[in-house]
Parts: sequence; structure tokens; C-alpha cells
Amino acid sequence: MTIELIAGAIKAILMIVAGLSLSLFLLYFERKGSALIQDRIGSNRATLTGLGKRMGMPNLGIINTTIADPVKMFTKEDFIPAGADKFLHTLAPFLSLFPVMITFVVIPFGDTILISGHRIGLEAANLNAGALYLLATIGLGVYGAALAGWSSNNRWALLGGIRATAQMISYELAMGLAIVSVIMTFGTLNLQEIVRGQGGVWFGFLPRWAIFTQPLAFVLLLVAGAAETKRIPFDLPESESELIQGFFIEYSGGKQAVFMLTDFAEQALVAMLLTTFFLGGWQIPWLMRDGFHLPGGAFLALPALAVSLMGVVAFLVKVVALCMFLGMVRWTLPRFRYDQLMRLGWKGLVPLGLFNVLVTAFVVVATGRVQ
Amino acid sequence: MPPFLYIFLGALAVVSALGVIIQRNPIHSLLALIATLMTVAILFIGEDAVVVGFLQIIVYAGAIMVLFLFVIWLLNLQVETGPTGHLALKLFGSLAAALLVTELFFILAPPHLQVKFTHEPVGYGSLASLAGTLFTDYLVAFEVTSVLLLAAVVGSVALARRLPGTDDPRAARKIAS
Amino acid sequence: MIPLTYMMSLSAIIFAIGVAGVIIRRNILVMFMSIELMLNAVNLAFIAIGSRLGSMDGQVIVFFVMTVAAAEAAVGLGIIISIFRNRETVHADDLTLMRW
Repeated sequence: MTIELIAGAIKAILMIVAGLSLSLFLLYFERKGSALIQDRIGSNRATLTGLGKRMGMPNLGIINTTIADPVKMFTKEDFIPAGADKFLHTLAPFLSLFPVMITFVVIPFGDTILISGHRIGLEAANLNAGALYLLATIGLGVYGAALAGWSSNNRWALLGGIRATAQMISYELAMGLAIVSVIMTFGTLNLQEIVRGQGGVWFGFLPRWAIFTQPLAFVLLLVAGAAETKRIPFDLPESESELIQGFFIEYSGGKQAVFMLTDFAEQALVAMLLTTFFLGGWQIPWLMRDGFHLPGGAFLALPALAVSLMGVVAFLVKVVALCMFLGMVRWTLPRFRYDQLMRLGWKGLVPLGLFNVLVTAFVVVATGRVQ
Repeated sequence: MPPFLYIFLGALAVVSALGVIIQRNPIHSLLALIATLMTVAILFIGEDAVVVGFLQIIVYAGAIMVLFLFVIWLLNLQVETGPTGHLALKLFGSLAAALLVTELFFILAPPHLQVKFTHEPVGYGSLASLAGTLFTDYLVAFEVTSVLLLAAVVGSVALARRLPGTDDPRAARKIAS
Repeated sequence: MIPLTYMMSLSAIIFAIGVAGVIIRRNILVMFMSIELMLNAVNLAFIAIGSRLGSMDGQVIVFFVMTVAAAEAAVGLGIIISIFRNRETVHADDLTLMRW
């Protein structure tokens, strides 16, 4: 009992730390990766005592993004504009970060490991209604942006808040429909069981990942997830050229940093969701509990602990790859117009999602997988 | 659900429910209402109604309350200033509420309820059991609900739209004055 | 499990707060929110009794109440918007056209 409790606490902290570190990595990728894509140099100034420069090494901007930027943001003046609702203005950044952070706990990041006779599942919370929990917490993310926009007593901020709320509500629907079709495929709401269901192979070589059975749902969740994170091409709530910075225009210092952190954490969360639902989570192709079963019939035995740890690494690799894909999308595409955004959401994604759910239901019934 | 959790959640629910009717700023009232809904949802989950509890958060706190928020923004409601209304009315209202609590308490006390308590069956409150009941015993009601929702959509659009040719009375009044 | 009396008392208190809100407050929107409070109090009672009877009926009814609440919110807010458009007020005491 106690070892499970301790393990649960460690796993919960680990998951939040992982989310934060991924956000830091994404911040780095945002600076240097965008520079790479746009043929710029990017941040290359800050050094610690100029050591690397004296040794003739190129400055990769790691110190800039991981130390200098956060320190700079958190030491700036924390300003509350006149006429703002002080309580809500202070509360809003945390209302926007909190739902994202608590969503991380249901994501399974590995199989089980055996510690002194106790089998411990590698997910912070093994909820039977995990998918519902996830939809609930994502749904609550609306209030951070909405209240930040309203409480700032600024028209641009309010416009940004309204746009953010409308956009998130609209795309949540498509997101929910995509997740529903995956739930129907596997017949469970438990995320760990969904990942387990993606183990094994078809035809002897194709891994049973849901992206091969639900390609449309994958695209839906990818687009809706990008819209939920409010990033280009869906960054209308904070579009610099129209609303300057949208709903968090009146924030400075640490609270601004919290909003940016929410952005990156949401991006990491969307990547984790896509990995869990469609890319087999911690599953590695052809890897079973006892080792690799390669398509040719070859077999490579591995110890159980190594298999579990490789699963964790595989999960991280998939998440980072998807994060970088989302970042590349961000630096490649132009921004939508508002009516285009709404049309895509309501006339494009929602009907497609309904169609996908309908087809999935027919297939599930036809293959006789209903209790 | 352990008792201390019930006490905490119950106190939170009552305080935030009081917040709904005490706050003078509609947005603050709305936030208090959202807090109440969330607390009640957690109480649902504690009572083994897991799916309904999460649905309450998704549908009620995540969608219906956003509708309220939009309407408050649209009407540009500010903090209510000026006199707060009749004192007698408030006194009467509080008294009526207190009486109602007493009355409900006496009616709903278990000796009068006469129910036979049983143990929950396996899988109680799961999505499968909810769907099993919903799509067998309550199928007709479920289908009728979809018609109700359609009627609500049509009704709200009909109510809120401006008829072509009729100007916004506010704009007309502003021009006249 | 928490005794039924406790759950029902909590439900009764929230319901009464909702009633008091409708009586005391004159802002239509806040009155509407109080109605939502009452709905939730009733839902809580349904869930509490249902889980003690071991029957799913309570939860199904709560499901329907939520659906009806969504429909009611849509229509009610539509009415409030059209009232505001015509009378420029959300104060219930100002709406005296039908009063004698």
C-alpha cells in the first residue's frame, strides 16, 4: 500500500516535471528552430563567463533560452493596469496553467515495472474514465484565456479573450469526436488499456497503431489540438498584427511567463495525446514483453526492465518528434482569417468527425465487438 | 469518499453557492457558480457516479457556463451600483430559505424515506452501465431529448436574431436623442 | 459511505440558497444562475439516493436534467438578450409592462 502511494506521488511529480522540461525544450526549439527554418541566426548572445566562446565553440543559445530568458521574465515588474479586476487578473494565468498541468497525470508513459515484488504501472493515475477526465480538464482551459481577456480592462484583451473562448469551444467538439472514435475502436476509456490495445502486429509486420485504423481521427485531433493550443495557424486570439498580443496583452513579468508556459505545455500535451491515442503510446513496433519479434521471424530476447525503460524512451521520442512537427507547422503556415477558422471548425471538422464516428460504429458492430 | 473530504467539499459548495447570490458583479457570480458546479461534480464522483460527474464538468462547467459568460460580455454588464433593493424582501427571502431548509431536512430525513439500501452492483456508474440503462429503459426519452435540443437551437436563434428591416431600437433611440 | 442524511442536507441547503437567490436578487442573469443552482441541488439528491439504491435510474435522470438545462440556458439567454435589446435593462423590477 505505502509503496504504491510513494510511487504514485513520485510519478505525479515526474509527469509535471516532464511537462515543464518539455516546455523548456520547446522554448529552445521555438528560438533556434524558427531561426533555422527562417534562415536566421537566432539567440546567440548570453554566455556564462564567456567560456565556450574562448574555447572557440559556437554559441547554441542554450543559455539564452533556458536561463537568461526565464530570469529576465520573472524579474520584470509585475504590472496590474488601472481599472482591472485585481483578483481575476492575478487568478487568470494560474487558471490557464492548472488544467494543463493536471491533465498530464493520466497520460501513460510506460508499461509496468516490478519494484520489490510490487507491479507498478507507469502512469500517474490509472483512471477508468481517463478519456473523460482528459476532455473535462481540457474544457476548463477556456476560463484562463476568457478571464484574462475580461479582467484586463483593455479592448484588445477582451477581443482576444472572446476569440480564444469561441475558438476553443468550437474545436473542443472536433477533438471530442476524434477521441470518441478511438474510444469506440478499443472499447475502453482507460488510456493505459488503449495503449495496450495498440500492441502487436497485423499481417506479421504492421504495428497495430490506431493511426492505421483511424487516420481521419488522427488528422482531426492534430488540427483540433493545434487550434486548442492557440498557435499559428490558429493564433487569432493573440495575433500580433491585429490584437498586439490578445488576451494577455496587459500581463508582464512572471504572469506573462506563465501564459507562455501554458502555450508550450499545451503543445506538449497535444503531442502526448496524439502519441497515446494514435501512435501506440509507449509501444515499440515488434517489441513484446520478452523481446523483439522481428517480421522475418527473428527473435531478440531482452530483460523485462529493459523493455519497460525502452517503452518510456519510445514515448518521449514520439512526443518530441510530434512537438517538433507542431513547431514546424507554426513557422511554415500563415494565419487563418476568423471566418475561415470558424468555417473549418464547424463545417469541416465537426461533420468529418461525425462521419468518422458513424463509420467506426458500423465497423465495430459488423466485426461483432459489442458486449 | 472519506468524511473529511465530504465536509471540505460540502463547505466549499455552500460557500460558493452563497457567493453566487451575494456577489454584485455578474462575472464574479458566474465564477462562484462554476466553483459550485465543479464541487458538486466531485461529490458526484465520490458517490460513484463517475461518468455523470465528468459530464457535469464537460457540459455544465465547460460549455453552458461559457454561454453565460458570452451573454454577460454581450450585454456589457458591470458591477451593480446603487440601492440593493428592499430590505424587507431580503429578510423575507432569507427567512423563506431557512424555513425551506428545515422543512426539506425533516421530509428527507431517512426514517421517512423508507428505502431499502442495497449494495451497488459491479460496474456501477461506469459508462457501460449508464449507456445500458440509457439505451434500453430510457430510449424514447433519449430520442425525444434530441428533438428538445433542436427546438432549443431554433428557438434561441429566433429569439436573438434581429428581423430584417427592423433597426436596433437602441441605435434608433440614440439617434433620436 | 457518507450517511444519506448528510448528502440530503447539503442538497437542501444548496436548493434553499438557489431559492433565496431568485427571491432576493433582481438581476435576471443572476436569477437564472440561481435556477441552475437549484437544478444542481436536485441532481445531487438524485445521485445520492441512486447510489444507495444501487440503481442507475438516478444517474440517467441527472443526464436528462443536464440536457434540459442546456436547452433551457440557450432559450433563456436568448430571451434575456431580446429583453435587453428592447428595454435596455436586465433588472427584473423594471419590467413592469404586464403589471397591474
